[in-house]
Amino acid sequence: MSQVTLTVNGKEMSADAEGRTLLSQFLRENLGMTGTHVGCDTSQCGACVVHVDGVAVKSCTMLAMEADGAAVSTIEGQAADDGTLNTLQQAFQDHHGLQCGFCTPGMIMSAADLLKTNPKPTETEVRHHLEGNICRCTGYHNIVKAIMAASGQDVSGIAAE
Amino acid sequence: MYNFEFEKPSSIADAVAALGDEDATALGGGQTLLPTMKQRLASPTKVVSLLGISEMQGICTGDDGALCIGGATNHAAVAAGASAYPGLAALAGGIGDPAVRARGTIGGSLANNDPAACYPAAALGSGATIVTNAREIAADDYFQGMFTTALNEGEIITEVRFPVPEASNYQKFEQPASRFALVGVFVAKFSDGVRVAVTGASEEGVHRWTAAEEALSANFSADAVPAAPGADGMIADLHGTAAYRAHLVAVLTKRAVAAAG
Repeated sequence: MSQVTLTVNGKEMSADAEGRTLLSQFLRENLGMTGTHVGCDTSQCGACVVHVDGVAVKSCTMLAMEADGAAVSTIEGQAADDGTLNTLQQAFQDHHGLQCGFCTPGMIMSAADLLKTNPKPTETEVRHHLEGNICRCTGYHNIVKAIMAASGQDVSGIAAE
Repeated sequence: MYNFEFEKPSSIADAVAALGDEDATALGGGQTLLPTMKQRLASPTKVVSLLGISEMQGICTGDDGALCIGGATNHAAVAAGASAYPGLAALAGGIGDPAVRARGTIGGSLANNDPAACYPAAALGSGATIVTNAREIAADDYFQGMFTTALNEGEIITEVRFPVPEASNYQKFEQPASRFALVGVFVAKFSDGVRVAVTGASEEGVHRWTAAEEALSANFSADAVPAAPGADGMIADLHGTAAYRAHLVAVLTKRAVAAAG
């Protein structure tokens, strides 16, 4: 066991971890932050996406010890302290970008990663960026629509096929 | 996954020393190794992360004009930073998905030599030099079959040097679930000839398609690409037959030549 210290959503947090402790497991089990979901645990589905030092990664495929000292952003840090959703979260609600909600933390964190580097993505760019995020409910159309809307673009022409 | 001791050295010398232990393994971005360990197909007692070694990070141009990429440089960094070699940058930008590209490294990919990985095609197709802590290995000598390379136990890829061709392109026919190449073809046109490297197709792993190289060296046009190679020795699985893969080799070579211009 070694101590791993992360700055999670701006707050320093520490806990002991084994070598094999995954970042996803560390967040959920050691720090009690269960907003980050584990779907496939094989780096396919993207439900576990968090930002490590500002970059989106699959936290089920990174060791907690690899992240020692890093700044980590999770879904818990996206809304304001009073619970007001951020622009992206609100757009997912407004455009029905979720049904069961399991994939949503990863979708939001991946989408935030895209909008940071590409504030006005095309629909194609959004779809490419979500290649590592799987949703089994929505068929993706409304997720793409929500992300386009969150970027301030008119989505009335995007049909929910 | 079985537990292990974790180390993150900050120099190549310290990493080599740490890897001297029996059953120690080097960790790049972990995008292949960690899933492999979860399945208990690998169970090292010590994992040595190479991502803390700053001299193994980044991209530069050597005195001979070659593009030098640190072994621990991730795919996203190559996609964004290898503008001097657009064919290579595009290949790196098409590996996996954005989160995978943010972690996976060129050294890790080449050390693993997955028969369907993209980077081996770029390295072999460019005639790259694999630089390790101990020596320099020509790509033609480096790849020795599926998951097999010239690397010795504990040897680390510190840098990869790519000669920059006049024109190049990589075409990948994706297996849609894994985003690995069902077949991928990298074509590079140099002043002294054309190299064609094929990944995903052969049971021998990445290999050069010499018949196409000869034809394209004489006439660099899609029409000059020869008929598909034989299906003998091609991979056959639920995603595609050997004949299908052989067919794809020729189709993707034509597309790569057309796209390279």
